[in-house]
Amino acid sequence: MSKIAGRFELLARQGRKALVPYIVAGDPGLDSTVPLMHALVAAGADIIELGVPFSDPMSEGPVIQKAHERALAAGARLRDVLTMVGTFRERDTETPVLLMGYANPVEHMGYARFADEAVAVGLDGLLTVDIPPEEVAGLNAELHRVGMDNIFLVAPTTPAARIQSIAGQASGFIYYVALKGVTGAGHLDAEDVAQHLALIREFTALPLAVGFGIKDADSARRVGAKADGVVIGSALVDAIDKALAAGAGHDEILRVASELVASIRAGLDSIAS
Amino acid sequence: MTTDINPTQFASLPDADGRFGIYGGKFVAETLMSSLAELEALYRKLAGDPEFQRELDEDLAHYVGRPSPLYEARRWSDRVGGARIFLKREDLNHTGAHKVNNTVGQALLAKHMGKRRVIAETGAGQHGVATATIAARLGLECHVFMGEEDVRRQSLNVYRMKLLGATVVPVTSGSRTLKDAMNEAMRDWVTNVDDTFYIIGTVAGPHPYPMLVRDFQCVIGREARAQSLAQTGRLPDALVACVGGGSNAIGLFHPFLEDQSVAMYGVEAGGHGVATGEHAAPLTAGTPGILHGNRTYLMQDEDGQIMHTHSVSAGLDYPGVGPEHSWLKDVGRVSYVTINDDEALAAFHDLTRTEGIMPALETAHALAYAGKLAATLSPQQTIIVNLSGRGDKDILTVAEIDGIDV
Repeated sequence: MSKIAGRFELLARQGRKALVPYIVAGDPGLDSTVPLMHALVAAGADIIELGVPFSDPMSEGPVIQKAHERALAAGARLRDVLTMVGTFRERDTETPVLLMGYANPVEHMGYARFADEAVAVGLDGLLTVDIPPEEVAGLNAELHRVGMDNIFLVAPTTPAARIQSIAGQASGFIYYVALKGVTGAGHLDAEDVAQHLALIREFTALPLAVGFGIKDADSARRVGAKADGVVIGSALVDAIDKALAAGAGHDEILRVASELVASIRAGLDSIAS
Repeated sequence: MTTDINPTQFASLPDADGRFGIYGGKFVAETLMSSLAELEALYRKLAGDPEFQRELDEDLAHYVGRPSPLYEARRWSDRVGGARIFLKREDLNHTGAHKVNNTVGQALLAKHMGKRRVIAETGAGQHGVATATIAARLGLECHVFMGEEDVRRQSLNVYRMKLLGATVVPVTSGSRTLKDAMNEAMRDWVTNVDDTFYIIGTVAGPHPYPMLVRDFQCVIGREARAQSLAQTGRLPDALVACVGGGSNAIGLFHPFLEDQSVAMYGVEAGGHGVATGEHAAPLTAGTPGILHGNRTYLMQDEDGQIMHTHSVSAGLDYPGVGPEHSWLKDVGRVSYVTINDDEALAAFHDLTRTEGIMPALETAHALAYAGKLAATLSPQQTIIVNLSGRGDKDILTVAEIDGIDV
């Protein structure tokens, strides 16, 4: 069993929900990310999702776009992100880590080389926003060769037949995109999310995590009640962005991020199992 | 990686998965996949529907003003020497460029899908103007995304779009040019996918766009082929067109792909010179990768990040290219070459002064190469250049470069 699947299973036994914070690797600097990852775990994160900086992050709203630009300016590239995962693993061998990014940096490195290097540093999964099931065969073969999970998106616009085909190729968990739009958009409808999760469950026993549009403990609790986990991205990156704008240093950024993640942890843990 | 391809197959792609060899495909977020499937199904149905074709032909004849003339540029041919040069006058279309051939077609698709809102990306502004124009005619809400840098250098087209009732959204992310405008259009589309039709302006993007934009632009080559036979009694020896995303080039080339005697040259923007790195020539100096929904040649660094591009012409200032061009390069059917900013500017002035035809700066790249090519051919040989757009929009840019205060 993969580390990601194992974590969801453990949480299910405990009657708890997975909290998956997302940060952009290398934002605001190459040295920021590993300490931030440890701080997020200490604040209650179950799985860490690292955004791979890309010049053209087409699915991101303005907040995460800015973080990609900061990380690129700091010099963060895919190989640096893999190095960060390796450094994180020196002190934490338990917390699953997955990368979320766009096709081209992975394609450019080569699927086989990426899989080899990623598994060597202890990465557990990959989510490429712009590689749908129709295009994934080559990448999936390499990820499965090294035992890594490929995380797929299901959207509000995904019809039942596609959900079935996605479920057949996915492993680890399925990431439900809670709204039509880019990351950080503001029109989350918990009732609508619940209906879609029920539909997805007709086709898969995989855990379902929900992302896009979850901002705080309250929205995490409302969505988490029907899901197996929540991803918190833009709200966390925005907190870092605002702290930076206010002139915050390294410790203050860790504190702000930890506080937000801890509050969402509390929100999720208040869901009666 | 040149492969032996049966010439009858040149025009047979894309395959059922939307691929041209290894290029093309559908690399977009899951939210858009069902919309692409819906668009493809509708297009395949309408493409074979005589009523839709009649509607399209009527618009092309009476609204766009087709067919466009095939004009022999005798004075300019004499000046450059060698072959006879003919200009396919897409600049005479309504709105002044080839772009409208495609927007008329896609707007009909939008109408058939019941979408009330259209969006577009634009570089030079020609596609934005063509989209705003057809949106005005059909009463559709129109948002055009345009890089802030292009808003500045194409201010006349920005104002044209506003006069037509469109909202022009300046894009301030990344390099603030065409690629960033396309990112922002994709973000809008994923947000408003239920009521919005994305009118992509070039033969790039996810399948089925490279196919349907090509099909709508092929009217250029079909007409040129018939006009060449009627006016010269033979097929041309060579075709020349500029390539940014590549829609005017594919429109001219495609109907000739199986005519083996016809050589084809796609002219990329060499900017300050390919050796300087400041250019927009992915087919000449790039490598295959994935951007904006398709696999194609890209200008990218050693980490797969997309590089900033440079061209004097906003419409060619793009780090990617349509996937069919990538395939035509690999199979060796089309030669891709570059022309630098200064050569294009010289051709702009030359054609204006010798023929009274002011070309767009994009088009001037094709003209500059055609001039060089003509000099190597005999007076019995003919070249067709796609005069893809008129240059009115560029006069402020040209004046600035020439140090003239207009």
